[in-house]
Amino acid sequence: MTQRTLRGRVAVVGVGETTYYKRGQSPDAEFKLALEAIVNACADAGIHPREIDGFASFSNDRNDPSQLAAALGCRDLRFSNMQWGGGGGGGSAAIGNAAAAIATGQAECVVVFRALAQGQFGRFGQGAQTPTVSGNLAHTVPYGLLSPAHMFVMKYRRFAHEHGVRQEALRAIAMASYAHAQANERAVMYGRPLDEQTYDESRWIVEPWHLYDCCQENDGAAAMILVSAERARDFPHLPCYLLAAVGGSQYRAGAPVHNTPDYATSSFRTVAPRLYEMARLGPADIDVVQSYENFTGGVLMSIVEHGLCKAEECNDFFVLDNLLAPDGQLPLNTSGGNLAECYMHGLGLNLEAVRQIRRTSTAQVPRAEVSMVISGPMVTPVSSCIFGSEATL
Amino acid sequence: MNTAYLKPGLPAPAASDLDRPYWDGLREGRLLVQRCRRCDRYQWGPEWICHRCQNFDLAYVEVEPRGRLYSHQRVWHPVHPALGAQGPYVIVLVELPHADDIRLVGNLLGDPMQDLRIGAEVEGVFEHHADHAPPFTLLQWRYVKADGSA
Repeated sequence: MTQRTLRGRVAVVGVGETTYYKRGQSPDAEFKLALEAIVNACADAGIHPREIDGFASFSNDRNDPSQLAAALGCRDLRFSNMQWGGGGGGGSAAIGNAAAAIATGQAECVVVFRALAQGQFGRFGQGAQTPTVSGNLAHTVPYGLLSPAHMFVMKYRRFAHEHGVRQEALRAIAMASYAHAQANERAVMYGRPLDEQTYDESRWIVEPWHLYDCCQENDGAAAMILVSAERARDFPHLPCYLLAAVGGSQYRAGAPVHNTPDYATSSFRTVAPRLYEMARLGPADIDVVQSYENFTGGVLMSIVEHGLCKAEECNDFFVLDNLLAPDGQLPLNTSGGNLAECYMHGLGLNLEAVRQIRRTSTAQVPRAEVSMVISGPMVTPVSSCIFGSEATL
Repeated sequence: MNTAYLKPGLPAPAASDLDRPYWDGLREGRLLVQRCRRCDRYQWGPEWICHRCQNFDLAYVEVEPRGRLYSHQRVWHPVHPALGAQGPYVIVLVELPHADDIRLVGNLLGDPMQDLRIGAEVEGVFEHHADHAPPFTLLQWRYVKADGSA
């Protein structure tokens, strides 16, 4: 019987994105942004877009695979897939879904994409604007609990209370993203460094999260091309293999109105062990991490839950020098991430993880062989994945 | 006189078939939450089935609106037009130890800059919005003083 794993079965052979814009500044429609990112990823892979036969996305992406396939001249649409729920928690899961389709012979060449023009559609950061709310929202919205920051911050507050985490740990996470963005011309915050004083003096969004603890709102699109591992060497770039991709969340993570039993969590406690098991690796093997910053507190908890730092040691671990490429103990968000490169619902983090394996990051970690992505902490379901070089197979 | 904690204009709660007894109870100054008629365990928020024993026969049972502060947030950035002039406000998550540790979301009454203490004892305050059409009631919270008085 074939071993039931994605390890080493699929490779990323192309990555692409549009220009990344601040919210509302894209001159192009969201659908065109999606097409541009996919065309750019194909060019990177050296293939024609018509060779794509599968599409995978997440978070109810508005850009329908049938219409994309029609526009791109795809000859034979075999796989169109949407990861349910979880917002940015679906990013690495979408890659896992695409890989599963390839590994099981359902498709040959799948693009994972996300296009988002928050200037053309609703903003994630705005509350409900209706006269009434019913269902679960009726038990939170009338109390002013409206935005994603409000939905998640009490998880982090409880975690920080239980483990004595200080504000400086969050500041280091924000500053690492901004520091790395200063080398990355794609980054919206390129040329806009962040120092400690600016962070400390920035306004609160919701305590303990300052403005710089919260992701941007952007317009743009990102895409990556996956094929079977057997074909990986036929493409222009250093092969980048998927070693694991898993999704999910703990028991009753979806319990209504903040009643999940294990509350002070980024939802990775059951996911991370499965990730390492599939990759046949452990936390000590991870060379570089991209961890989704919806909010810095989620990054901190998800790093802990992936075993990269003990909960009691956060104040010592999350210091800027530890988090910076090339020499930090755990280089984190080396493109600038959601805070400072672009909030493309986290898919940009996956592209950056591939660049680390290809040795083409603007904040390259020397000898990066194992590259991890953690997608969408604190939502449910979440997901994470690990990419590796040929040497890791 | 408007004595509500937050300025008016946020979306009002509309009862559904699932949670109507809860909202009706609040209007009468009573906190009613779900309890399974088979395993006698409490659960919240409202669900169609007992999440422990998968029994559909759930009752709404009155519990004392008293608990301890499980987590909190002080909100500064307004994300709704109604909150534009609000200034900071506090949202709390309150755990009810006498009802299987169910949790409720509300506001913590009093100075929004007051000390926020995880684990502190709090008690419910029924905030009636009688002038709203249709009227509704929210359950708010305040610290219980060391001598047990409110």
